[in-house]
Amino acid sequence: MSGSGNLISSGWFAVTIDPPFVRATLAGTPLAVCTELSTCFLAKFLKSEFLRVLNEDGPTKVVMARTNFKAMDMIKQLPFFGPSSGIIRLLAGALMFAAAFKSGVAIADEPAVAASAETLSLNEFIDAKIRQNWTDNEIEPSAIADDEEWIRRVYLDMVGRIPSLKETEAFLADKNPRKRSIVIDELLEHDDLVRNLTTIWTNNCIGRGQPQRVSRAGMEKFFREAFAKNRPWNEVVVDIITASGHFEENGAVNYILAQMQMNDEAVQLTAMTTRLFLGLQVQCTQCHNHPFNKWQQSQFWEFNSFFRQVGKIDHRKLDPNTGRQVDDFSEVVWREFTGPVYYEKRSGLMQVAFPIFQGQEVDPGVGVDRRAELAKMICNAEEGQPPQVALAMVNRMWAHFFGYGFTRPVDDMGPHNPASHPEVLNRLAQEFADNDYNVRDLVRWIVATEAYQLSSKYNNSNEVDNPAAGEIPMFSHMYIKSMQAEQLYDSLITASNAHQSGNADWSSQEAQRRRWMQQFIVAFDNDENDESTTFNGTIPQALMMMNSELIDKACSTERGSFLAEELASPGKETDKISRLYLAALGRAPDRAELGRTQKFINAYGPEKLKGFQDLFWALLNSNEFILNH
Amino acid sequence: MSLTNYGMNRRHFMQHMATAAATVPAMNFLSHVQANANVLKSSQKSCILMWMGGGPPTIDIWDLKPGSRNGGEFSPIDTAAPGVQISEHMPETAKVFSDLSIVRSMSTREADHGRGRYYMQTSYVPNPTVVHPSFGSVVSYELGRNRKALEIPAFVSVSGGGGQAGFLGMTHAPFSVDSSGRIRNEPSEDSRKRLPGRLTMLQEIESGFINSRRGDLPTAHSDVYRNAVNLMTSRQMAAFDAARSDAGLGLEAESDATREAYGRNGFGEGLLMARRLAQVGVPFIEVNMGGWDLHAGVFDTLKNQRLPQLDKGISALTADLKQRGMLDDTVLVWMGEFGRTPRINQNVGRDHWAASWSVMIGGGGLKNGQAVGATDADGVRVADGSKAYLPGDIWATVSHAMGIPVNTVHTSKRGRPMKLANGGTPIQELIG
Repeated sequence: MSGSGNLISSGWFAVTIDPPFVRATLAGTPLAVCTELSTCFLAKFLKSEFLRVLNEDGPTKVVMARTNFKAMDMIKQLPFFGPSSGIIRLLAGALMFAAAFKSGVAIADEPAVAASAETLSLNEFIDAKIRQNWTDNEIEPSAIADDEEWIRRVYLDMVGRIPSLKETEAFLADKNPRKRSIVIDELLEHDDLVRNLTTIWTNNCIGRGQPQRVSRAGMEKFFREAFAKNRPWNEVVVDIITASGHFEENGAVNYILAQMQMNDEAVQLTAMTTRLFLGLQVQCTQCHNHPFNKWQQSQFWEFNSFFRQVGKIDHRKLDPNTGRQVDDFSEVVWREFTGPVYYEKRSGLMQVAFPIFQGQEVDPGVGVDRRAELAKMICNAEEGQPPQVALAMVNRMWAHFFGYGFTRPVDDMGPHNPASHPEVLNRLAQEFADNDYNVRDLVRWIVATEAYQLSSKYNNSNEVDNPAAGEIPMFSHMYIKSMQAEQLYDSLITASNAHQSGNADWSSQEAQRRRWMQQFIVAFDNDENDESTTFNGTIPQALMMMNSELIDKACSTERGSFLAEELASPGKETDKISRLYLAALGRAPDRAELGRTQKFINAYGPEKLKGFQDLFWALLNSNEFILNH
Repeated sequence: MSLTNYGMNRRHFMQHMATAAATVPAMNFLSHVQANANVLKSSQKSCILMWMGGGPPTIDIWDLKPGSRNGGEFSPIDTAAPGVQISEHMPETAKVFSDLSIVRSMSTREADHGRGRYYMQTSYVPNPTVVHPSFGSVVSYELGRNRKALEIPAFVSVSGGGGQAGFLGMTHAPFSVDSSGRIRNEPSEDSRKRLPGRLTMLQEIESGFINSRRGDLPTAHSDVYRNAVNLMTSRQMAAFDAARSDAGLGLEAESDATREAYGRNGFGEGLLMARRLAQVGVPFIEVNMGGWDLHAGVFDTLKNQRLPQLDKGISALTADLKQRGMLDDTVLVWMGEFGRTPRINQNVGRDHWAASWSVMIGGGGLKNGQAVGATDADGVRVADGSKAYLPGDIWATVSHAMGIPVNTVHTSKRGRPMKLANGGTPIQELIG
């Protein structure tokens, strides 16, 4: 029976209810039996949407129980079943048992079950697995985020900025119960989604600094086109690892150029490629076998040998004004390389490594384009696993939306570092791969999860779900994320409506933002082209927020500025205060806040304008503004 | 605005604090601002970490191997410390070596830049479930908290962004400045005047969010703002600018001769700033010098670029501290993330090497003028009979010199006990 395997792995199991017994069975094998069942409970339970009656045969019912925590909540709320009652233990135990089964275990022996069961949809599956983890840990999730919290978060995560005042107001006023999914659909088609993904991936590939002989514009153009067309991610990866040519004509080459800052036999390119696109950290295996990592030193050099045909030419040209030679363009070119690479073991023994990936060897001879050969294999999956390229992307994308991925760090996956929710990760990755590596669909799946809807306010039971303290994430509330520098810049522009007054095009906006960014970049000056940023919640960032030209501009009351227009428009003072809160924080002040704010403004006497300016300054400088919650 | 008339602006600011509308909550927010800004006692301990980003070839600087195939192009010379030889390209440092020491038997395990930096600065290997504090943050936590008169951050990092406060919290994170001492985004006259009012409103909004049960970040944000306000209203800012004098703080404008002695480059300027910061009571200053990742052309680069700057900086700082009577209270540490391969590669470079290398340490009232430990004749391993040292041992030695109890234990956010310097032991030969 096709789909029956999925049936088990996706969290359904058979429960035979034969009063006063409840038996959970799998393939005819009893898993658990419970006798603590009253008819009253049964009646309610059977009517609930969480059970589907599959076979009614006299007093015996075969039903499917769904591992949905709403069902658990319902059971717990029933007066005669306390939280530790047998039925919950039965269900939880059976569910865990079922979850432990890998897909492929057939329960086709129970035709009634298999015939009418539906496979859980991807999102039902994710929600169920994540809920299961909450039950196992005896925590309650936070409440669903209210509209104000949710709209700000979804904008920051998807399009890299807070919603504008107009966008917030429209959303809050909308009475349509489906309005959240409508917004998600709109944002998936928004230009700023393309811009946001472009920023993220350009930073991933070439950093935020200014590596030598790399064209940021070229890299951005490549990603902008890729994300605008929603190209399949596997094709994007292949384009990047096989790229050659001029750094502006084929922007994909800039990834490779950024890893070629030193003449290092493509070591950095090898290490970065595995980290970024395969989610594997193998840099240590350059020198020795790793005690935990499944990659061996030989594998590092085998992978490295695919990149040894990469060459680079830095062109120079005459500057007619100064008469001097200056940098022109750089390009990635083919370099003749055949045979094995040589590396040294710790013992001093020299070894050879041929181009081999996941056990598949490529002809090391003349005329074979090794990167093209690698491209054919890079999305191959290892036995019983989704492709590593898909796992890596899913883990990164999840971490983008939740602040934490399934592994920590996101780019160090493997048996030595088990995932927090392996089934969710694997199912998402498999579906991502099966769905033509569709990045926008992946985004849609993630923002549609139940976990993503939750408030960042925790409750008494889930306060322990605190990955910032080193705990394994349970995703029972939204984790607070500090805005990235680019998000902050774009959000300040949005809050103060600065983009309305200017008419700058994409590239000049990008250039402005980049100039501003450079104040935070600290390069480490080594072969890994590392950098860190002082945009990390410390004093330099606070000084920038308090005193910089950018903030002065945002709080300006010059003609045409946001504040000037708001304050000149008709309306009560309290409405104006509310609109400033809405513009900055995406919410109106509560009554107490409004009262205190009015008092604050009134204390400015005749200089009320300054009072509003200082209010807006305080809103933009607040923790609530800069922390994506 | 320039730093020179800063004192007046501080008064100006304080007056406004008293008169501006609705400032009472701001007074609370700004309680630190009113702390006594008197000159700090000169006996306060400091540590200056000279961080050699990229991994310095210590075999060509502190532990030469003449006659070995790994020996390279340089010869050793005698120093003021009997029996201790260092590179011929460090002649000025050799003269002050009775106040410095080398630990020649470092054997660490991380030869990747990121991991090595983390390991050397925290004494712990990277671990996905906890972020350990850099030692500068540990010192900030242990000593900075008690220096009530200190208005600027207790951990300053010059020309680099190294380090993190980890579980000790954002207020102990390094404050990064460039070697010019220019602090970006200082407040304008107008911002200063309006600060009390703005902070009143800010505190109002922030406390609401802090109380909404969303974890530590909202509180950390507000703590960092308090530190930033303290900094930008402090006359101790003068320590960052070599051109400024402040008799009350014991700071003079640095003469051309002094600047020349330290070297007119990022490293020299950074060390001079470090001395000024130590004078006003900053307990931990890190000065970064990059460009050590010498996979190719190691000898030319060392001889012509790195070592002349290094030699000038170290010797000038040591002599200056000594002449001012500060050397016994100031521990000097010189290290990078690892050393470099004894074997010289085909590009006349040296690659990453953590198994046997050197760290320099000095001042701080330690028993200086010695080389502790040794490597074998080719420099490829710690010599038989020589004790191998870990970063924790270096930091335990520094703790000892600074008066931080070596058996101190911190607690991670998850409640795990974390030993100071990962339980390292002070190096016996150095503490005497």
